[in-house]
Amino acid sequence: MFARGLRPLSAVTVALLVGAFALVFFYAPNDADQGFIQKIFYLHVPLAIVALCGFLAGGWFGVRYLRTRDRAHDLRAYVAIHLSLILAVAALVTGSIWAKAAWGHWWVWDEPTLVSFLIVFLLYACYQPLRFSIEDPERQARTASVFAIVAGAFVPLNFTAVRLAESFSHPRVLSATGGSMPGDMRITFLVALAAMACLFMTLWKYELTSKQASMQLRALKRRLAADDDPWVPARRSAAPQQL
Amino acid sequence: MPALPLDDAGPYVAAAYLVFLALVLIYVAIMAGKLARLQRELGELTELAERRDRARHEAADGEPVSP
Amino acid sequence: MRRAVSALVRKDLRVELRTGEAVPAMLLFSISTFVLFHFALDRRSVDGQLAAGVLWVTLLFAAVLAMGRLFVAEREQGGFDGFLMAPVDRTALLVAKAAVLLCFLVAVELAAVPAFAILLLGPSPWAVLPQLCAVLALADVGVAVVGTLVGALGIQTRTRELIVPILALPLMIPVAIAAARATAPLLVEAGAGGLPGRWLAVLALYDLVFGLLAYAVFDYLLDD
Repeated sequence: MFARGLRPLSAVTVALLVGAFALVFFYAPNDADQGFIQKIFYLHVPLAIVALCGFLAGGWFGVRYLRTRDRAHDLRAYVAIHLSLILAVAALVTGSIWAKAAWGHWWVWDEPTLVSFLIVFLLYACYQPLRFSIEDPERQARTASVFAIVAGAFVPLNFTAVRLAESFSHPRVLSATGGSMPGDMRITFLVALAAMACLFMTLWKYELTSKQASMQLRALKRRLAADDDPWVPARRSAAPQQL
Repeated sequence: MPALPLDDAGPYVAAAYLVFLALVLIYVAIMAGKLARLQRELGELTELAERRDRARHEAADGEPVSP
Repeated sequence: MRRAVSALVRKDLRVELRTGEAVPAMLLFSISTFVLFHFALDRRSVDGQLAAGVLWVTLLFAAVLAMGRLFVAEREQGGFDGFLMAPVDRTALLVAKAAVLLCFLVAVELAAVPAFAILLLGPSPWAVLPQLCAVLALADVGVAVVGTLVGALGIQTRTRELIVPILALPLMIPVAIAAARATAPLLVEAGAGGLPGRWLAVLALYDLVFGLLAYAVFDYLLDD
């Protein structure tokens, strides 16, 4: 069910990623202010944007689950949030490296998007512990969906609040360029963004398919187990176990 | 902000891209582990199915032949 | 629905008055935290942004204490089942619990803020009391709504005491930002400044968004 279109999607992802990196290093000009360091921008910002969209998608699938009680939506939400968390770690680490290179410190409180990101990351890091601590699968799915919706609504609120808090004390330090982006930088950025989005979609479908295969395998095992085979209780898991 | 010369900036940019590569590859490795486990369990299931088939055949063969 | 809400609120307040579990603990926690801050910061008095920060961090952590306890009685003594069988709108429980948490917070603040003024605060807050109360009121509503949501989420889990704090703190960061920034000019040594309206607007927006969100989503936490 989930693997439809996975092969062409992964081909597109490879093409876009290679193309994006080629553009970054061979086509995009060096930034006037930051020089070569600015190349991190093409990695950090797409990661952050795609991670945020992934978190919002988790909230969306939470809504779908609560409406339809179709566990496939809960699985989609779980994988989306799980992957976005990984991307968020990558975004934070690359942001930190950028801060060190450009400003000399491993962390800058002056950059409101990075700070908001940290808060959002701290919130979504609770998703898996929350799921793991609820054993009943239906209740787990329901509670996780409510959390995903609340957290998804929190994301824009958080960004607004942090931006308001910081904007009056310090100017942005990790902005792309002094003013607007020149055309060749913009193209490179858009390709990098598209590549990251396709990478997310590919990994998302990949993990969904893998999880579904495990579920089907488990169901098959239960069906084929003879009566005298020892009963193995299902392991507690944060992920949905059954569709 | 003064622009770092290429020699100083290079390692940072490389580090950032390497972090990204490492995370993607770690993810692939974990998924590979899951695939291996899936393969192993499929093997166990196939064996279970064969055992069942054999037991069924034996039960059919073991029926006493009516004189 | 109003009768259901008031019945639930009266029940919880009566339980609290008789057993005194939550509010005294929150108060003791707040005062101990003020003492801790005195030693940790090594300051005899704080003012301005530092005072606002100390006050709000303490109040928010005290609120987290109450959040974990909010639904425990319902879970352990079958209150959820009883409520679900009653012919009332389910969001009555949300409104009632949020109101109860709000009452707890107000009760704690009635004692904790004077304690703060005595123990740690440099300038006297007496002159800016109305503005301070405005900030406290707006922030408390937000904390009460979020606290009820987080309490309801946490009561489903086996590790409630761990899940509630780690869920609540990131969600309350906007409250912390807005409340602390709003309170800071009120507690300045050299004479209080005006109340920054912008942060009050942020608090009001937060209350509105989370109020609506909680209203939309709470039902789904109660199906059993």
